[in-house]
Order: sequence, then C-alpha cells, then structure tokens
Amino acid sequence: MTGWTRVEGPALRFPYDNVDTDQLIPARFMSTPRSEGYGKYFLHDHPDRDTLNGATILIAGRNFGCGSSREAAVYALADFGIRAVLAPSFGDIFAANAVNNGLLPAAMDPEDIASLEGTLTVDLETCTVGGRPFRLDPAARDKLVNGWDDIDLTLSRLQQIETFTRQYHGTIPWSIPTQGDTR
Amino acid sequence: MTTLFDKVWDRHEILRRDDGVSLIFVDRHLVHEGSHHAFRKLAERNLPVKRADLTFGVTDHYAPTRPGPVPDNIRGMLSGLLENCAKHGIRCFGPDDPRQGIVHVIGPEQGLTLPGLTINCGDSHTSTHGAFGAIAFGIGASEVAHVLATQTLWQKRPPVMRLTVDGDLAPGVTAKDIALGWIARLGTGGAQGHAVEYAGSAVRAMSMEARMTLCNLSIEGGARSGMVAPDETTFAYLQGRPFAPAGAAWEQACDDWRALASDDDARFSRDIRIDAAEIAPLVTWGTSPEDALPITGTVPERTDRTAEALAYMGLTPGRPLAGTPVDQVFIGSCTNGRIEDLRAAAAVLSGRTAKVPGLVSPGSAAVKKRAEEEGLAQIFTDAGLTWAASGCSMCVGMNGDTVEAGKRCASTTNRNFRGRQGQGARTHLMSPAMAAAAAVAGALTDVRPMLEGRT
Repeated sequence: MTGWTRVEGPALRFPYDNVDTDQLIPARFMSTPRSEGYGKYFLHDHPDRDTLNGATILIAGRNFGCGSSREAAVYALADFGIRAVLAPSFGDIFAANAVNNGLLPAAMDPEDIASLEGTLTVDLETCTVGGRPFRLDPAARDKLVNGWDDIDLTLSRLQQIETFTRQYHGTIPWSIPTQGDTR
Repeated sequence: MTTLFDKVWDRHEILRRDDGVSLIFVDRHLVHEGSHHAFRKLAERNLPVKRADLTFGVTDHYAPTRPGPVPDNIRGMLSGLLENCAKHGIRCFGPDDPRQGIVHVIGPEQGLTLPGLTINCGDSHTSTHGAFGAIAFGIGASEVAHVLATQTLWQKRPPVMRLTVDGDLAPGVTAKDIALGWIARLGTGGAQGHAVEYAGSAVRAMSMEARMTLCNLSIEGGARSGMVAPDETTFAYLQGRPFAPAGAAWEQACDDWRALASDDDARFSRDIRIDAAEIAPLVTWGTSPEDALPITGTVPERTDRTAEALAYMGLTPGRPLAGTPVDQVFIGSCTNGRIEDLRAAAAVLSGRTAKVPGLVSPGSAAVKKRAEEEGLAQIFTDAGLTWAASGCSMCVGMNGDTVEAGKRCASTTNRNFRGRQGQGARTHLMSPAMAAAAAVAGALTDVRPMLEGRT
C-alpha cells in the first residue's frame, strides 16, 4: 500500500443515510478476483450510480458502510477512483477496511459536510478537507500517511508474540481445541 | 471495577502501542469461501498460516441447499476454500461433512466457541459467538490475512455499553424481538464504536440459542461485538461437544469461566435498560434493521427519512402492517437457523398449511439431522414449505437462493437491506414464529393468536 498526504479532486454527493455494504457491492459479484477490478460493481444496482462518475471524494450520509465485513465494498470504491469518503459516521468494520486499503473514512460534522462542494483538497497533515476539520484516529492517520502494512509490522515482533503465546497457553491450556475428530 | 469484556481482552493483549492500539492474540479463526481474498494476499507474499491448529474452515456462504447442477462460479468458490485449507493444513468442514453448516452455528455446535476466547472470522455476524462470553467480531479480508499470517490482530480497545433486559418475555416474543427493539430505539449506529454486554434477568433466563440470536444482531446496531457472561446454561450447552475441553481440562475450564463476569462495580460507558414485558413481536417495514415496529403498528408516514424505503418496499403509509401480503417466507440463517428456531416455527405450522411458498434451510447439517429426527422437517413439508440443506442460503443469496425483484419475503434473517436477498427483493425481518405465521396467513400477521392452546 502506498502512503499519501494530500489528494485533490472532485467531490460528489451521495446523500443517503445507512448506505450498507450490500449496496456498495451486491453479493453476486463477490466471487470475482480483485485483479479483474471492482470499480464496475460499485453501487451497481443504485439508480444514482452514474451521477458519481469522476468522483475522487464521496460526500455521504450517516452510518456509511454499515452491514457486512466485506472488504470488497472498499475495493469497489477504490477501483471506482474514490480516495476519501466524508460522512457524519461510518460502520466500524468498513472504516477499518478502508484504512487498510488507503481509503480515508473522514468523520465530519453534518454542518461542515453541508458546506462542501466542487473540487476539494483532502489533507492528512492537518486533518482537513476544503478547510473543514475531520476526525480520524491518529493510528489510522499514521497508517494512511505511511502506507504501513500491518503484517510486516507484526512479523517484526514475532519474538514477543511467541513468548506471549507460550505463557498464555501454559496458563490456559484448555483454550487449544481438542482433537475433536478423533473422539 | 472490570467489565467482562476487559477481563477477556486483558488476557489476550500481547502489547499496547503508545497510540493506544493493542496487539491481540486470536484463539479461534474461522474461514469460509469468502476468505479467498485473504488467502490470495497470503499467497502473493508466500506466507504460511501461522496456527493452522487454531484455524477452521467451513463452506456456508456459497453452499448449495438443493439438489441439481452447481454453477461453475459457485463450484469454484467451494473448491477454492477446500484447496486453500488443504494447502495450509487447516481442518475444513466441506459440503459433505456432517459437521458442515453456517460458521456461526457450527462454531458453538462443535465446541470450538468457548467462554473467555477471542474469536474472529471474515463475517460481521461473528458477534454471535459472544453469547458464550467470548470476544468475537467480524473482520475484513486484510485483517483475515493478518490473522492467518500472525494469529494476532491490531485493535483499539472499544468502550463497553451494557444493555440490560429485565423481566419476563410474553409468549410469542423472542430474542429477535428484543434485538430489533433496541436497534429501532437506538438506531443502526446506536452502539457504533462499542462492544455490547447483554445482562439482566431476561438474558439470564435465555437458552444459548436465544443468546446467540441476541449477540448475532449486535452488528445491526453498530456494535462489532456483543457478549453474555457465561453461566450454568453455557456450561450445560458445551459439555461433551466434540472440540470442547474434556475430563480434567473441562473442570479447570469451568473454574476459570465462573470468574468471567463483570464486577458489580464495573463501569460502562453507556447503560441502556429495557423492560422485557413491554416488547411485542416486531417486523421491519423498511430497508434498515432500525425500521422495526410492533406487528400491531401501522406503516409510517412518508417523510424525507422514510420516503425512499417506503417506495422500495412498496408500502402505503398509514396502513396496518398486519395484513400486508407476502409472496414467500424464508426460515434459516445464522440469526435464526438453530434447532430451537425450527421448533418455534414448526409449533406454529404444525397441522396448518402455508398459503405461500417458503424455504427452510437449517443452520447446519447437524441441525438438519436433528430436525428430521424430531419430525420438524415433516411438519414443514406437510405445510407446503421446501426443506433444504444448510447454508447461508437466502439470507445473502450468494448460492443462488434469491428472492425475485418486487417479491415480498417474510424472513428470519438479519438484514432487510435493498437487494440483500436478491436485486429488488423486499425483505421483512421477524422471528421464526412470526415467519411461520406469515406463511400460514400469506401476509404479515401477529403470531400470538396462532399460539393459543399450543406451547
């Protein structure tokens, strides 16, 4: 994943609340390999989909990305060309998936969101878009800026994990599943 | 002062960074056909699975439920999981395995789900396993790949919200109604950013199946996880399950589990109370689980907030919800596909005939077998419903079990999102008993009169 600090582009409005991941990508497309591109499935069944062509920034309603854990919803947004979603709130799993794919879930006050239009600049240094502030967990911000990969970070701590695991399984041996198939 | 959630979290925290993010050890990782993105990420980096012994696979999302040819893309999804599991030495319950079923049904059923564990799966309804006093939550493909590679997850400890349900549930009212009730009250973002602990006398009185339904729907209220403190009901359910501890280990585990409860003086970031006696059977009218009303209610007025949903659902404002004709019913899913759910539906359908077609898909092969032995399957087929094999089926429509555009389905599932059960499908969520009643009436209807004189 490549890190980024600033993105500029057209912001388009998709002003619905509770846009769920089943709308962002209908389930019937999810057996496709990512390499084929998921942009064509983005909001596939929604009548307003074509009004969003060319958007870099999506201005959305509350609880955006609620529903399933499907990361394919983020793939669809990213492959469509969206780099940031501005909304009053996000589904928790969606927001985590977004950050893991370099997509910014920017939580903003509805009044600030209402004032935004046209071509905007998103700035992760100042946590602003079009001069208005957005909320983002500092850990998520660092990850987006640096393009960090969690697996690399974790594998560098392998020794610490091994030590913990030995101790944990020593204290709580019953947590290891028995050989259920042999009973 | 410590909550149940924090007790379980603390024993799994490997380290905490300065920015407040913790590295958490994962006790159980469950994978399914949809995990293909994560396995591909692993393959791209040529990484092995760190703990195959703590990882379990099952076919459910794309599992065929009826005989006949299986389309190539679905066959590919099934074989893809089997191949990935075989390659990495992961035990997998495939289509022909008697242990196959919906991942959130078979985890508990096989004794893989235990109190005090951390359980993850690339599926948002992983919250179900919290019914046993585990921290269980759904993760995306990047996180699935991370767990496969490291058996850990980076997470920020969430604040805990307690939801206390006291009092007795009236006949015909279930855990599904409690869940839809609190989600309607707080909204689908109501518990966002929180872990939920369910407490109170009504929860203590619940069976494990009912607690699973309650925890399952936590995500529909915005909470990534929901949990219930383990008790004798939990232990009785687990004892003797294939993968549960046995012998001396069982005794040791039970001793440990008895300490897994929130302290009396534990502090919760939010505290919500619900009176069980005030809850009626609920149905949803709109396209979000928060759009739920008592069956005795009327379709809401058209406002800026409701207009889209009413148009999609084809409902007339001001009309009673009861009497709304349905085209079909679906009974099943990780929310309501367990044996107790099937018994509740069969109790309504016994000796009656369905006016509309319906599909009954048991939550697992074991539930299917048991329902057949108990005569429930016969009741469903005698009523005119289709008895199918187990899988996610018509809850998510990935295996081809879908509702046609414009058709209205009374469904025991978890999401009434637009297009969830198929493009243009109209979903009304409700309990298994209410779905059975809708089948008999051919319309949304109050199940309670149908239960008079029956248990």
